[in-house]
Amino acid sequence: MSSQTATRPLVDEGLVKAMIIASMAWFLISLMGGFFFSLQFLQAYPFPKTELLSPGRVRLIHTNLIAYGFLVNGLLAGLTWAIPRLTGRPLLFNRFSWLLFWVWQAIVLLTFTGLLAGHAQALEWGETPTGFRPGAFNLTDMTWAPVDILVVIGFLLVSINYYTPIILSKSKAMYVSLWYFSAGFVWTALTYVMGNFFPEYFLPGASGAAVTGLFIHDLVGLFVTPMGWGLMYYFVPLILKKPIWSHGLSLIGFWALAFFYPLNGVHHFLWSPIPMYAQYGAVISTIAVEVVVTTVVVNFFATIVGSGQFLRDNLPIRWFYTAMIFYFTTCLQCAVQVTLTVQKIIHFTDWVVGHSHLIMFGVFGFWILGVMVHLWPKLTGNEWYNPRLNHWHFWLTAVGMFIMFWDLIIAGLIQGYEWQALAPWEQSLISSTPFWLVRTISGTMIIVGQFIFAYNMWMTARGARSRLYVTAPQAA
Amino acid sequence: MERFSTVFLIAGVAFFGVSVFVMAWMPFVHMRDIPYQPLEQVSQEMIPEFAQLAEMFPDAFKRYYPAGVTPVSYAKALRLGRDIYVAEACWHCHSQYVRPVSNESIRFGPVSVAAEYANALEFPQLFGTRRVGPDLIREHGKHTNDWHVAHFWNPPDIAPTSVMPRYPWFYEAAPTEAEPDRYVLNERGIAIITFVQWLGSWLEEYPATLYNLNAAGAR
Repeated sequence: MSSQTATRPLVDEGLVKAMIIASMAWFLISLMGGFFFSLQFLQAYPFPKTELLSPGRVRLIHTNLIAYGFLVNGLLAGLTWAIPRLTGRPLLFNRFSWLLFWVWQAIVLLTFTGLLAGHAQALEWGETPTGFRPGAFNLTDMTWAPVDILVVIGFLLVSINYYTPIILSKSKAMYVSLWYFSAGFVWTALTYVMGNFFPEYFLPGASGAAVTGLFIHDLVGLFVTPMGWGLMYYFVPLILKKPIWSHGLSLIGFWALAFFYPLNGVHHFLWSPIPMYAQYGAVISTIAVEVVVTTVVVNFFATIVGSGQFLRDNLPIRWFYTAMIFYFTTCLQCAVQVTLTVQKIIHFTDWVVGHSHLIMFGVFGFWILGVMVHLWPKLTGNEWYNPRLNHWHFWLTAVGMFIMFWDLIIAGLIQGYEWQALAPWEQSLISSTPFWLVRTISGTMIIVGQFIFAYNMWMTARGARSRLYVTAPQAA
Repeated sequence: MERFSTVFLIAGVAFFGVSVFVMAWMPFVHMRDIPYQPLEQVSQEMIPEFAQLAEMFPDAFKRYYPAGVTPVSYAKALRLGRDIYVAEACWHCHSQYVRPVSNESIRFGPVSVAAEYANALEFPQLFGTRRVGPDLIREHGKHTNDWHVAHFWNPPDIAPTSVMPRYPWFYEAAPTEAEPDRYVLNERGIAIITFVQWLGSWLEEYPATLYNLNAAGAR
């Protein structure tokens, strides 16, 4: 393998850096979308008469840029760093990886403009405009932008790029991270094709809803989750400098997750016209996932026993483990909320919004941020401009997330019970207003935290050092 | 279990296949005998609100729907109305199915069944997953065209606590100081109101719900 690594480095660090920058940039835009949309709930939307910034469209920007801008770029940055190190081989493509990177940013940009121009698809988390929609109304003609097809082609090439080092790796038994990555790429490709094309072209009504439910869930469960856990199995033992506690639990966690997670999708449409056996199956599988998740979380917490000081001294580890506590919380919550009894009250309410924020941001977003905190000094070759700002970033984000979660959970319960009690609809709005205000405030905390982090990254990349931290002479 | 081929083929492909078989293919087979209604069929039976929109806005209607009050114009308005409903993400704050729980059949109307969604205007379906505003699948006739015309212009004018956005781009001209009640819809305005009024219009009779009880002063 030395001949290949001699000609080019194992990891293209510039690419990892570019992915992190892109991830952060889309993340900040997405956060502003969420912030503005939350103002609509307070009757204080700043652009009420601007068609291109209509709150409904801005909401789509918030969710789609989180998924395809922030999470995809952030996770791929971690994979680009980890996979060559785990396999001892570089990615298949060299310059072409950069082309894929830019094509992906173009896809996200087309999604951004397409959604604002009113060209969304009616597929939750897959609103990415699809071209060639016969008879579709185009506010601005965007049939030249078949984003969905570009995504499929692009993702296949990305998969080939990242599979090659795994397949060519000499060792027969893969490390845990690589199980997750290997399954994750094929799952994502299958999920995207299933969710974006079948309900759009072949499956009307309730049969399409079953597939849409699978898609909503699989995008989280079969793309973000395996990539995220794969990165945790890589970075946590590396930073703690000790192996994962139990290999057996790792095996159980992966295989049980692989079996039960794909079966969950229909739980997004419980009590709907989808046949009940599918709904019962989804409920049972979802509760099974909670058991699986417990094995994984136990494994990671058993690993850190004896190394608790890392939670205090090492910021990436603190991000990772805070997110794992949130992960266990959301999964436990999921096992409860998925039951048909609890669904009666909480479905359609802000409870679900709280749940999805905790899982998408409180877990996977936190992991990506932890990876960024870990990698950025290595990629830039500079010490952090001001480590204290990173602590502000952590606490503003973690506390903001915690408040937002509980705020929305309580709001959801109030909404659900008022609806069941047949209170006038206006009553549920009046009751929700204070919670929506707290949501905006906690969201603002998160946003301020991210801007602080972006500033710190920028100054670090420039090689600057905060005056507070240059008083002691640097060791050579 | 730790080899690439095992993980790729069993966890990646086979387990995914099992999930699609159980959770997508089986429901599909279960429901595939429900007859599918293309748009031409849906538009055969016009709602009275569509003809009323033509009377309310004769100039605009003639300009955008030159075929007059016919199934052709009706189909055009429904299609466009649905596309706007999707483009503006209406379905992210308004669901489109009534569940058999939580007193929803009293609030909204009869519980939804699968056959109601086997048509071109629920393709892809618009079930939705969140209710900031009420469910809309039984919306037909709950509010008058007048109500919708004023409501889309600025929802808090009608319901002061409403958090629904305004949609001034559904109108040809803004109401002036001299004529504050003069709203003129454009093509999109006529379409979205037609689509919203269509939702639930297939029921045999207008259901007794919380809304008409409230209207009768029984709140």
